[in-house]
Formats: sequence, structure tokens, C-alpha cells
Amino acid sequence: MQIGIPQESKQQETRVAATPKSVAQLIKLGYEVLVEGGAGAHAAFPDADYVQAGAKIGNRAEVWASDIVVKINEPTSAEIAAMKKGSYLISLIGAPRNPELLEKLAAAGITVLAMDSVPRISRAQSLDVISSMANIGGYKAVIEAANVFGSFFTGQVTAAGKVPPAKVFVSGAGVAGLAAVGTASSLGAIVRATDIRAEVAEQVESLGAEFVGVEAESQKSSDGYAKEASEDYAAAAARMYAEQAKDVDIIITTALIPGRPAPRLITKEMVATMKPGSVIVDMAAEAGGNVEGSVPDKIVTTENDVKIIGYTDLPGRLPTQASQLFSQNIVNLIKLITPEKNGELTLDLDDVVQRGMLVADKGEVTWPPPEVKVSAAPSAGPSAIPSATTASAAQREALVPASKETKKPLDKRFTYALLAVCALALLALFTITPIQLVSGFLVFALSVVIGFYVIGNVAHSLHTPLMSVTNAISGIIIVGCLAGMTFIDEAVPAFGGANLPILILSVLGILLASINVFGGFAVTQRMLKMFKKGGE
Amino acid sequence: MSSGTLAVLSALPTSLVSGSYIIAGILFILALAGLSKHETSQRGNLLGILGMALALIFVILGTVLGVTATLGSESEAGAATAFINSPAPSWAFIVILVAMLIGAAIGLLRAFRVEMTGMPQLIALFHSFVGLAAVFVGWVSYLHASAAEHFDPVHSGELIIGVFIGAVTFTGSIVAFLKLSARIKSAPLMLPARNFLNLAALVIFAVLTVLFILLPQGSVGLLLLSAATILALLLGIHLVASIGGGDMPVVVSMLNSYSGWAAAAVGFTLGNNLLIITGALVGSSGAYLSYIMCKAMNRSFISVIAGGFGSDGAVVGEAKDYGSHREISAAETAEALKNASSVVITPGYGMAVAQAQATVADLTSKLRARGVKVRFGIHPVAGRLPGHMNVLLAEAKVPYDIVLEMDEINEDFSDTDVVLVIGANDTVNPAALDEPSSPIAGMPVLEVWNAEHVVVFKRSMATGYAGVQNPLFFKENTSMLFGDCKERVGDIIKVL
Repeated sequence: MQIGIPQESKQQETRVAATPKSVAQLIKLGYEVLVEGGAGAHAAFPDADYVQAGAKIGNRAEVWASDIVVKINEPTSAEIAAMKKGSYLISLIGAPRNPELLEKLAAAGITVLAMDSVPRISRAQSLDVISSMANIGGYKAVIEAANVFGSFFTGQVTAAGKVPPAKVFVSGAGVAGLAAVGTASSLGAIVRATDIRAEVAEQVESLGAEFVGVEAESQKSSDGYAKEASEDYAAAAARMYAEQAKDVDIIITTALIPGRPAPRLITKEMVATMKPGSVIVDMAAEAGGNVEGSVPDKIVTTENDVKIIGYTDLPGRLPTQASQLFSQNIVNLIKLITPEKNGELTLDLDDVVQRGMLVADKGEVTWPPPEVKVSAAPSAGPSAIPSATTASAAQREALVPASKETKKPLDKRFTYALLAVCALALLALFTITPIQLVSGFLVFALSVVIGFYVIGNVAHSLHTPLMSVTNAISGIIIVGCLAGMTFIDEAVPAFGGANLPILILSVLGILLASINVFGGFAVTQRMLKMFKKGGE
Repeated sequence: MSSGTLAVLSALPTSLVSGSYIIAGILFILALAGLSKHETSQRGNLLGILGMALALIFVILGTVLGVTATLGSESEAGAATAFINSPAPSWAFIVILVAMLIGAAIGLLRAFRVEMTGMPQLIALFHSFVGLAAVFVGWVSYLHASAAEHFDPVHSGELIIGVFIGAVTFTGSIVAFLKLSARIKSAPLMLPARNFLNLAALVIFAVLTVLFILLPQGSVGLLLLSAATILALLLGIHLVASIGGGDMPVVVSMLNSYSGWAAAAVGFTLGNNLLIITGALVGSSGAYLSYIMCKAMNRSFISVIAGGFGSDGAVVGEAKDYGSHREISAAETAEALKNASSVVITPGYGMAVAQAQATVADLTSKLRARGVKVRFGIHPVAGRLPGHMNVLLAEAKVPYDIVLEMDEINEDFSDTDVVLVIGANDTVNPAALDEPSSPIAGMPVLEVWNAEHVVVFKRSMATGYAGVQNPLFFKENTSMLFGDCKERVGDIIKVL
């Protein structure tokens, strides 16, 4: 089958859906590739390179008449009209906000795979253009900020005096946020980041930044608890942002809520308290902006000389890199849907990834897909700012299956119910258990729990000594054998009035257990002495 | 009631004995806690010894002198002392001491003689002693009760369960010991319907238990308890016989856990809290260790406890053609090591078999002296005992801070120049990640192939324990160095 790579028609679009490298990989999978002349010009991929990689160069009409058309942005009506009936289209679609487009594509008999509807499961990560574009966006946001910022990012001690490092604050530690954190800290700035999900703190810290949490104390009042808490949280978050705004030089915001206007994180008042010359990059400008006063695609300078950057095409500002990653995502998708590597596109609708991406097929709109069971739902709270990442909020809407939010509490309830049933069953058991057993069980149960906790963080290299020491202390069974010795004078006068079987068994038991006690401790000590730290 | 006791007046009050149990129990907990870190491990062992000494002193005194309900009870009402435990005859003290001395001598001798490569066998053998002692205690308790013709249903139930767990531990550990010391073949025994056999044994045991609780007296009781003991002995043999050699780390820690549960069951029988505490500690810690091992091998914990989890019949990796492998000489390997700046060594059971740990340690110190960064990557199930490789390397005086766990080192392979795979196979098999049909699919492995160059020390191209071919050997950046790994490592040292 022939894959067509048209030149992007959208204004200011600099990216292209295939690079010479990806073309070679597509040809390896058995496809013919037809690239529209000049398609890669903005991304520094000349036609000659495509030809060298094995592609043919064609005109607009020929490319659009291919069996499979691969592009970046959603097609225009004219472009749909240029496509063959029964052909395939692979591109960003924005399915949730573009129902008419879906109708149009379905009516034209085109089978459409939407690159922005990839289900969020780990297997599909290699196709996830949202993530790869977010990564570039986060990087570029820092570079753009550095471009208009009047000072160094890194601190220096020079002959002329000391230069303090810039302080960068990143809001939202999703893909874009983490990319921004990493870029800013590699430029030498002091970086802080926040996210509503406290568990990403580790990721932030791993990139050399400091995590700033929101210190909200949830009041456990009996009425309206949830609402109180969230108001409380918002107030605490606002306090935190106000504090940071006064202190830092650069703010980068990446917070998006799928399908809703971006949350307002930085108010006009906060901007007014920033130092002159500070820079804000609002990566959510297209969805209404995290920052009050940001304008999409513009740099705004406030009265106190703070620059607010609202670019919505940050990935496109690195056209070569963006094209390269996008085209790699495309190759991974084509690999998935060409299992035979014979150049024949074969869709497997039982595969949740392919079914999730398929938004139009055989004249029908097939979006939204049936609910996907998300096995590893992230433990992010269902509320507020799940720090999404790209310039387009709506694109992400398709990526958060509705099931995720309802599934989680259900599972929890089930666990609690199971626990309750177990507790009740145990209680019922205890009502028929003799009392002398119950007190023994108390000791037993507590010791089991202690055992688990004590062992929980044992160093792997100490497993063997640990096992031999438990061996030694389980020699405490000698206590039982010794107790046997107090029975030996009972009945059956056979051995000086002693009960011979009891005597023999007890003595043998004492002997065996002593081997354990002495041997176990001795061998443990011997092993432990061997473990030496370097240089000791 | 008693004859030939030592001075009755000096009988120990029960509160004193119980108090010593509490202190000993706490010392045991602290001992285990101390053993979780290198810095505190020796102190932990000493605390354990202290706890054991304390408990033994009071228990032996209590046995010989008897234990009374309260301090000074003999003065009350002038009645005979209210013994909770009547004292044993005075000659018993000598018997106890002699038995303990013999046991101590055997134990210490074994402990100082054992080779570190023979550690797994020794530990398995020690487990069996605890199991057998538990069986003895159960029987003693039964004989005592039948002599007094006094049976308590609760007591009978605890007793038979204690004997059962003890007997399973005993024969299971003996089989593990025989397999580990290569006295019997380590291949899994594959009886038909083995899961059914295990289940049937448990059902029969449940029936025996109920009958024993109802009819503990006389010859019927004796017969029932004997039947339960024999059944448990057979079950123990079968459980471990059906597990293959490569899964031994899990088996050993599982038996460790069983020996703890046996001690706890005995504690219930005797109403002795110290035994319950210690048994539960050992039991739960052993279970947790097994759980860690299972996670490392991607096996189900439940099926381990059920026994015979190792292999569903003889798994033979599909005869797939991976291409050809490349050989390398010791001199070439030495050259590669000279030019490397970062080297990782991943040892496996083969290193223990060839007794190559000292030679490997020698190579390590030579390379470190040259300024090469050398580290070890240990898979959680390398060897035949949890942490076995660490002990071997420690014996060879490799500093423990360059011996890293799989999770610590897996990320670093891509920055590593040379990886030496010494006697490891399945734990470095990329098929575990790439081939869903592989029998070891899903098992986390050391991702050595990400390094620039991998040298595999191996006797031949034979498959590892799991019987799966290893695609690592055919990768472009892998070279094979055939022969006894101790000799080959020695050759490299010579060149260096």
C-alpha cells in the first residue's frame, strides 16, 4: 500500500509527519511512500533526503489520493474531498471537540486513526504523540523564557562579582512540566516545581529540583467535609503561588483540565508582585490560560515589566525535533497495524489501542470507543488539576477514559467490604473459640505483624544471615523439650520411675534444638564478620 | 507429687519466668531488626544470643526447680506449694546439660566447618531439626496427657496441628538438604495428580484432627496421632521433592517460615508465649522473604506454598534459531577490561559451583587498583539461598558497598563498558522480557545486554536451569568465554 505524506496546510505549521529516517522504516515494513514536494522544508528535511531514503516525490493531488495519508493536523474539507473512498487517514483529530469533522470523514468513507486518541496504557506509550509533543513543549518553554529573560540562568562567580542563579518555578509536573524542570536545572537555575499529585515529588526531585507541596490541612468536620477541604486546598495553593511569585524569576505553568478551561493559578495581583524583568510562560494559554493576562500566541509585557509568553505552538518551534518524534510515533503505530510487515494495513479491533484510536470506519463514526478497563489507573485524585501537558486541552479529553474516575472508588469500596467481611468472620470464629486460645492468638497475631514490619526493609545481601539467625532463635523450641522433662516422672515406672518414651523424646529434642541455637548463632556471627565495607 | 527435687523453697515464681519471656521476646525482635542493616547486623546477632541465653537460664532453672504461682505462696495457709510446673527430678539437670553440650558441640562444629558454598544445605538441615523437635514436643505432650488420662479438646487440636507442621518441616527440609548437597537428583519429582495428592493429604489431616479431638484416649488416639504424623512426613517429602533445584531459594525461605509456624503451634500446645512470639516472628519473616523471592521470579506466592510450583512438566524452550555465537579468549577479555572504565560482574550459581568467588574477588581488586570502576549486580534469586551470592562475595572479601541489587544496577548497564556474566544464565535472559511465550516470561532480569560488551563465562552452550535457550548469547555485543570459570578468570588475571 502507498503512504502519502502531504505538506501541512495549517498556518504556521512547521512540522511534517515523516522524516527521511522514518520513511526508510516505513519502506522496510513493505510500504511505498509518496512525499509531497517541499513537505519537510520547514523542518530542514529537503526532498532529496526523502528520495535518498527511498520515497517518491509527488504533487498534492497524488499524495492525497494515496491508500494511507499520514499527517500532523486535522484535514480541511478540501483535503477530505481529495481522498479516496476506503482510504486511511492517520493524524491528530481532536475527536471530542470536532464531531462535525468526524461526520464528514465518515461520510467520505475514510477510516481514521486519531493520534490524539491513543489510550493511556503503558503498551501504547510508544505511539503517544501527546507525550512526545509535551516533552518538546516543556523544553522549548524554558528556552523561550531564557530568550527574553535579561540574565543568566546559572549562577557564577566572576572577576566582576557574584551572579546569583535564576529561580524557576514550574507548576504541574506532567510530561511537559518535568521536561521544563529538567531543562531549567540543566541550564543551572534553581528549580522548584509543584503538582496537585504529591506522589510526583520523587520524579521532580530526581531531576534536581525541589518539590513544593501545598500545605492544606483538611478539617474533619462532619458536614460538607469534601467541599471544605477543596476550598481549603485552593486557598492554601493560592497562598503558595503568591509566595513563589514574589520570590522567583521565571514561572512556567502547564496545568490543564481535560475539556474544561485551564485553571487560573496566577492572578493579576501575583503578577504585580513579581520582580521587573521576570518571565512567565503560560503553556495553557490556548485553553484560557493559567495566568491572568496571558494572550495566546503573544508576548505580553505588564506594567511592572513582567513578560507573559502565551505561545501555543511551542513544539512547532522546534520543527526538526518535533517532526522526528512525531514520525517515530507514526512508525510505531504502523508497526503495530502491520503485523505481517508486508505493507498491508491490518486493523485488529480487539486490540484496545487500535480500537481506541479508530474514530471513523466504514462510514460510521466510531468515537468514543467502548470503555477501556484501565488496569493501572494513576492514583491521582479525581479533582482539580491533573497537570496535563500540551497546548490543547481538548485533545487530552479523549485520553482520559471516563471509566478511570468511577472505577477507583468502586475498587476501594470492594476492598473495605472484603476487610469488613473478614473481620466479621474472625469475630464469629472467636465467639466459638475457647478463651485460652484467644489470648494466645493476640500474642501470635501481634508477633506476625511485627515480624513482617521488622523484615520489611531488610537489605537483600543480608538475607542469608537473617535466615540463619531466625534459625537460631527458632531453636527456642528447646523450651518445649525442657517442659517435657518435668513430665518424666509420671506413671509408667520403667526407668527409675521415669516415663522412658517421654524422657528419650525430650532429651533428643533438647539435643537437636541445641544444635540449632549454638550452630545458628555461631554461623551467623561468622558470616556477618565477613561483610566489610570498602576501605575497612 | 514429685520425688527427688532440689530445694522446693527456691522454686521460681511464674511472674519471673514470664518476665524473662517478655525480655527475651523483645530481644529477638531487636535482633531481627538489627539484621536488616549492615551497620547494625552484628549487634543484632548479639542481642539474639543475649535473649536466648536469658530465656534458657530461666527455663532451665524453672524446669529443675519448678515454677510456682506467686512469690512466697508456700507460706500461705501452710499448704503444699502450688506448683504450676512441678520440678523435674534432680538428675534431669545433668541429663539436660549433657544433651545441650552434645548439641552445642555438634552445632558449633558444623558452624565453623561449613563452606560458604554449603550454606544452603546447612540452613535446610537446621530447619529440619526444629521440625523434628516440634514433633517430639507434640508427642511428649500427648504421652503426658495420656499418662494423666486428661484430655482437653483445645489442647488436642493444638497438639496434632503442631505435630503436623513439625513433621512437614522435618521431611521437607531433609529432602531440600539432600537436593542441595546433591545427594539426590534435584530434578522435580513429577507424580501424576500431585496437586490432588497434596489436597487429599490436607483433607485427610482435617478428618484425623477432628477424630483425634473427639477420641484422644487409648490406642485409638495413639493410632490417629501416628497416622497424622506419618501423613505429614510423606506430605513434606512430596512438597519439596516436586520442586526443582533452581527454585531452592524460595523453598529454603519457605521452610524457614514453616519451622517458625511449627514452633508457634508448639507454643499454643504448651501455652507458652515465648514460643508463640518467636515462632510467629520466624514464621512471618520467612513468609515475607519467600514473598520477596517469588516476586523476583515472577511466581505466584500461593502456588509456592502449595508446593510443586517449579515447573509444569519438563519445559523445553522452543527450538528457535537465534543465529550463531562468538567466542572470545581470556587474553582478549583482559584487553577489553583494561580499556574499560566501568565494569559490572553478574555472578550466578555457576560461580559457587566452580568455587570461583576468591578468584573473581582477586580480579576485582586488580581492576580497581587500575582505576576501573567495578561493581557487582546480584539478581534476587541468584544462587540457592536468598542472599547466597552476597555471602560468597563477602567471604572473598569483596566490599559490600560495590555489591548492588538488581534494581540498583539495572539502570546503569547502558553506561557500562564490559559486563562479565559468571555462571549466571536465566537471570540475564532477555527472553524473560521479549518473548511472552517463554517459560520465564515476566521474570525481572538483569538487563546486561544494554552494556557495550558482554562476556559470558560458561562451560558449554547448554541451557540453564529453566531449560530455556538464552538469546543473550547470540547478541552482537555478547562474546562467550568457554571453560571452567575459575580457570578462565585466573587466565585473565595472569594477562593483567
